[in-house]
Amino acid sequence: MSAHAWFILASYAIAALAIGGAALAIVLDHRALKHALAKLPASPDEEARK
Amino acid sequence: MLRFANPANFLRLAAVLVPTGAVLSALTLTLGLYLSFFVAPADYQQGQTVRIMYIHVPAAWLAMFCWGTMTLAALGSLVWRHPLADAAQKAAAPLGAAFTFVCLVTGSLWGKPMWGTWWVWDARLTSVLVLFIMYLGLIALWRSIDEPSRAGRAAAILTLVGSINLPIIKFSVDWWNTLHQPASVFRAGGPTIHPTMLWPLLTMAIGMTLLFITLHLMATRNEVLRRRLRRRAILAAEAGDSRAMPQEA
Repeated sequence: MSAHAWFILASYAIAALAIGGAALAIVLDHRALKHALAKLPASPDEEARK
Repeated sequence: MLRFANPANFLRLAAVLVPTGAVLSALTLTLGLYLSFFVAPADYQQGQTVRIMYIHVPAAWLAMFCWGTMTLAALGSLVWRHPLADAAQKAAAPLGAAFTFVCLVTGSLWGKPMWGTWWVWDARLTSVLVLFIMYLGLIALWRSIDEPSRAGRAAAILTLVGSINLPIIKFSVDWWNTLHQPASVFRAGGPTIHPTMLWPLLTMAIGMTLLFITLHLMATRNEVLRRRLRRRAILAAEAGDSRAMPQEA
């Protein structure tokens, strides 16, 4: 192990947490939006596009 | 191209591109990490610490690329008043903040063993910190205005004004005397990095760019759905549907 292994591991761990956290937030937001949309009827313009 | 700027067409396109982008970015990042940790040699001066470069440099490029993407979307908002441009702008800001945060933290973790300090107020580091603060300001601006098109116009103006920071970041190492090293990849005369380190770096950069594009598509899709939800809620409220009314805390 390098003398500076802690710095290398911390860099990759923080990057994974920050970018993974952003990705998780987007996925959870998508689920919540789909759930909320399912509770409301489609608007007339959405129906017309189907 | 403009055909896909229609929100309904965009949703159909995103349904195909998101899984494709996710698989491609996962494969490229796996290859990039393998090359960065097991193929690229240690640096003759920095030793193993140089491996921080493979995450720090792509994060820095993406921090700037994301603001560039927002600048194009801001032009779409202001010139064409296109709702998808507003959605793309809003979706990019938190991603840009995340990549800028990664750039700053990994730079600090690289700086401590190499420079002997976590932080210096040199032009490159300070201009990237300014970029991070601008991302946070932009996120706050989006949250402070309820009406999406008004928020989009205000954010577009801030984004266009803030884009002046991009050349400052890029050329800060040339214009001022900085502790941060000058450009070693995108420079006149070609890269100064040895190919054994350049290829892992470029592979990581491609992987992270694919990841950014995928996440941006997903977040833009969320913004399109949020507008659809808002429209449905307004229509339902007008029709007297209590499910659409705001809930009391």
